Amino acid sequence: MIKPTKLRRILTTDIPVLLIVLFAMAPFAWMVLTSLTPTATLSASGVSLSPAGWSLDNYIRLIEQTSFLRNMLDSLIIAGGTVVLGLLVAVTAAYAFSRFRFAGRKPLMLQFLLINMFPVVLLILPLFVLMRKFNILDTHFALILANATVAIPFAIWMLTSYIGAIPKSLDEAAMTDGCSRLAALWRVVLPLTMPGIISTGIYIFITAWNEYLYALTLGGRNVRPVTVAIQTLIGEYQIEWGLLAAGAVVGALPATVLFLLVQRRLIGGLTQGAVKG
Amino acid sequence: MSIAPSSHARARLFSGFRQDQLLPYWLLAPAVVVTVVIVFLPMVQAVITSFYDLVLFRPNASRFVGFGNYIKLFNDPVFWTALWNTVIWIGLTVPLQMALGLTAALLLNREFPWRGLARALIIIPWALPSVVIALMWRWIYDPNTGVLNDILIYLTIVQSAVPWLADPNVALYAIIATLTWQGFPFFAVMILAGLQGIPRSQYEAASIDGASTWRQFVHITLPGIAPILATAGLLRVIWVANSMDVIFVMTGGGPGYATHTLPLYAFVKARQNLDFGYGTAIAVTFTLLLGAFVALYLARTMREVER
Repeated sequence: MIKPTKLRRILTTDIPVLLIVLFAMAPFAWMVLTSLTPTATLSASGVSLSPAGWSLDNYIRLIEQTSFLRNMLDSLIIAGGTVVLGLLVAVTAAYAFSRFRFAGRKPLMLQFLLINMFPVVLLILPLFVLMRKFNILDTHFALILANATVAIPFAIWMLTSYIGAIPKSLDEAAMTDGCSRLAALWRVVLPLTMPGIISTGIYIFITAWNEYLYALTLGGRNVRPVTVAIQTLIGEYQIEWGLLAAGAVVGALPATVLFLLVQRRLIGGLTQGAVKG
Repeated sequence: MSIAPSSHARARLFSGFRQDQLLPYWLLAPAVVVTVVIVFLPMVQAVITSFYDLVLFRPNASRFVGFGNYIKLFNDPVFWTALWNTVIWIGLTVPLQMALGLTAALLLNREFPWRGLARALIIIPWALPSVVIALMWRWIYDPNTGVLNDILIYLTIVQSAVPWLADPNVALYAIIATLTWQGFPFFAVMILAGLQGIPRSQYEAASIDGASTWRQFVHITLPGIAPILATAGLLRVIWVANSMDVIFVMTGGGPGYATHTLPLYAFVKARQNLDFGYGTAIAVTFTLLLGAFVALYLARTMREVER
């Protein structure tokens, strides 16, 4: 291969990449600029591009005049609860799939894959009817259960591949040393899978935090996660874009930061299966 | 856990066999029980509901109508509009996401100093909540104060402000553009992983043989990432078909029925008219159509792989 000169690299690689990165970031950057422009300026002269016109006015109003902090707490409880429920039932299931060969293993694994593909709309309507019957609509519990429909199958698939990557000889060694099966899982396999468990948990957290349709349908009054709350910031007569943008930025921040923190490992886990298959 | 190895081994000799046979089922039980309750039970409920004329909050008027809802569906012009919109929706969004993702992945696969940073930044659309994405683009598309019209008018590409989301001929494509933006990082990341799995030696051998960059792309790169394109493409078809939250927030399905897709139509029917019987009938029909498509796709790709 001819070694490209620096100028050529900049023209053929750096500039095109910069364009794509700008394309990916511009809408959100525009949202941030909007949130920093006070409402009066916004309606008079539009979004302020220079730092001179910026203020935290919208953010202060967001925290003082709306229930946004409480909504953040709702989202935190729901997303946290989904992570706990999802991982709790998925860890043992994934261990069973990766360590045992038993009758019904294949169909059971396939079943969890299929669940992942079910349309939300098919589940959301009957879940509403059933939860109404059991009187748990508009509670954190209801939304945790609804989010678990996505989280559990996802966690099982991720963890099965993570645990499968750990040599069987390790738990066999622990068992010859006197550990029971479950003790081997707890003391040997879990600590080794911890990075995988953490990134799976974070991905579940992000998905549950960002979820909107379940939150809108099965919650919304007493329990109002940020995704639903942001939409209520629209206002009745005219859209308050400044306030809305501030809510969108604050609401998107936790998931985005987490995503950036774990993206490397997470993508490794997500693509592993696809690359192999 | 202070059982001496010898006594443990003896205990296993007597009771271990049966226990070890049942153990996987015990380990699976929690996951299976929870999914049965929150996925399979509701699914059965959905199929049953679709045979009833059930308008919520008028539960006493509920009655069994057999295939009535499905017959009504067949004669409903909105259903056919929504079905056609769903086809356009998937048929345009997934290839556009794939093309843009492939371009991004090919660029990110080259050597340059800030590669790690670029790779992280490009993922941002993927991490944002769909509500935020939908509202953000509504703001960008706004006919009076939106930045897109400002830019296009400044560049004299259009003469007057375009009502992107209010024009029935444009609205669906405007939302497709938004979803393309949201989904291309997924393809970029998946394809990038595939590109990095292609051995460098193949390219070196090809360039010694004098193959052009384009021929290397067609004969080495594309076959190398074909399995990934197939898998990621299928995952995205399912995901795009189901994702109605962005449409719901951007237009609510309007103007008129211009941006109704099937899942959105089901959702809107149930949510606004509280017509759960008809709504679930649409949802069940949609699921069957999607399932049939996935089965066909899998059968075809399997054959391709075997060949």
